[in-house]
Amino acid sequence: MLGFLLSIQSEFYKTRKTLAFLSAILLPLILCILITAGFYTHADKIMFLSAKMQWFRFTGAFLGVMGSLILPILIIFQTFSINNIEHRAEMWKSLFSLPIHKWSIYSAKYVYVVFLNALCLALFASFIIVSGYLLNVLNPELKFNQFDISGILFKLHLKLFLASMGILSIQFLFSLLWADFLKPMGIGFVLTIFGIITANLGWKYAFTIPYTHPMLALQSMMKQVLNNKNEQMEFDLMSQEIYVSLIVAVLTFAIGYFVINKRSIR
Amino acid sequence: MKPGLIIETRNLSYRFGNQLVLDQVSLNVREGSIYGFLGPNGAGKTTTIKVLLNLLQTEKGKVFLFGKDLNKNRIEILSGIGSLIEQPAIYSHLSGKENLLNRALLLHVNTTRVNEMLDLVNLTEHANKKAGKYSLGMKQRLGIALALLHDPKLLILDEPTNGLDPNGIIEIRQLIRKLVEERGKTIFISSHLLSEVEKMVTHIGIINRGKLLFQGTIEELHNVSKKHLEIQTNDLVRSRELLCKNGYQAEILSDTILIPYLSEKHSAEINSLLVKYDHKVYSLTVSKQNLENLFLSITQI
Ligand SMILES: Nc1ncnc2c1ncn2[C@@H]1O[C@H](COP(=O)(O)OP(=O)(O)OP(=O)(O)O)[C@@H](O)[C@H]1O
Ligand SMILES: [Mg+2]
Repeated sequence: MLGFLLSIQSEFYKTRKTLAFLSAILLPLILCILITAGFYTHADKIMFLSAKMQWFRFTGAFLGVMGSLILPILIIFQTFSINNIEHRAEMWKSLFSLPIHKWSIYSAKYVYVVFLNALCLALFASFIIVSGYLLNVLNPELKFNQFDISGILFKLHLKLFLASMGILSIQFLFSLLWADFLKPMGIGFVLTIFGIITANLGWKYAFTIPYTHPMLALQSMMKQVLNNKNEQMEFDLMSQEIYVSLIVAVLTFAIGYFVINKRSIR
Repeated sequence: MKPGLIIETRNLSYRFGNQLVLDQVSLNVREGSIYGFLGPNGAGKTTTIKVLLNLLQTEKGKVFLFGKDLNKNRIEILSGIGSLIEQPAIYSHLSGKENLLNRALLLHVNTTRVNEMLDLVNLTEHANKKAGKYSLGMKQRLGIALALLHDPKLLILDEPTNGLDPNGIIEIRQLIRKLVEERGKTIFISSHLLSEVEKMVTHIGIINRGKLLFQGTIEELHNVSKKHLEIQTNDLVRSRELLCKNGYQAEILSDTILIPYLSEKHSAEINSLLVKYDHKVYSLTVSKQNLENLFLSITQI
């Protein structure tokens, strides 16, 4: 257990100044600034909407880009960077000859990537809320302060987080096993695009592809909200694609450990 | 286990696919020794070292460190080893000091050791420079500092002087001597040049094509290389008997008789003795091998 905690600490120490870590903070920040600026300059277009609908539009602007493309790509990039640090430094042989259980090294790395993803999504939710209220300060005619969306927003991002566990685990395994840039990134991109297409086409078995899960999660959430009577924003946290995503995550994580444990380091 | 052995392998074999890379290697490394592990490129040195660190898997009962089976006591054994395999593994985006601090964090070592290690390998001056900008020699020394951080009893170094200039080589050599003399470490160091390690090692193992061809102290190696009289006759067994009866230390080695060389006069006496008793002497030569030639001849079998 100590080895695991120390390994996590070390992951943070190693990456704190690299893009792997900073991207988890910078991406939400930059995206937030851009979208907020857009809404500020075009505030008149949403002025007439109810408070709830203003939030809905604002949040929708984020989720549109995020769910389909940015979130998968961010995950592909982060899992790659975290493992590439070791590949680049030829560090695996060194790490695995230290008196630390392979299990600790492996799981700490995995948990750290999961943490980065959680951090990123939590920041997204927080930044959206802060930006909403900021917009209201800048333009008091807006109604962002008349509705509290925070609960819904965090639940939504938690759903996205769970939906992305499958992609994260698969990409983690790819990046762990392959030292080069092209294989994990290339395969990741292709599968993401494939996922976007199948999810948009509404293919019946799209839910079997982990790369569609964030999109499907958003779709199922939207469907539920739109079916609700009197503009209720209720939706289920767990849905079919979330279960699949979690099962894929658990399986891939186990396979990864099995491979690491048995594989010789050449 | 034999007492005092830090590393022991028992008929260790290893294959990459169907290539037999290690063939029945039985290493014996004693506590407090500096063991030079020599062999030409591709001999199997790095492979042996990776097996010793459990990076390559072998069966039980083959590899023992500190008297324990590596497969059953992996973590305990590894905590007594510091290693440097091929190029030193260093995070180039961190400074030398940060590399050490990270390792200290990971191994739960007091951070005061970091500055000690920087001092020991003469990197204090460059502690805050990015390790990616270090020279090869500096990287190598940082690698040794990383290996020493948790104060291991055994240090395994794979060609630590590879690519260094003469000064760099001397520095590493001095450092290794210091470690053994002042800190009582045991050191296992691989190299493909005998001359490079000859001056500092106490024991030598020579490996080629996966076979351990010689193992012993440096004196034993010198003994092998003492001048010998090599004699070939029509009947080696009878000739040896005759020579032994007359007080010579004669031995048969494949198709020659070997006698320690003393002098020209002595050689002439031996010749006349053989001729007198009607042995047909085909050749009588003095073999003179320095260590380097000996090493080459051993590895060219
Ligand atoms: N990962 C690998 N896969 C297949 N064969 C390998 C692998 N690593 C090493 N070998 C083979 O094993 C043999 C021994 O290699 P090894 O690296 O142990 O030699 P070495 O003595 O360290 O040589 P050098 O002085 O060049 O470092 C070589 O024939 C090499 O081709
Ligand atoms: Mg080698």
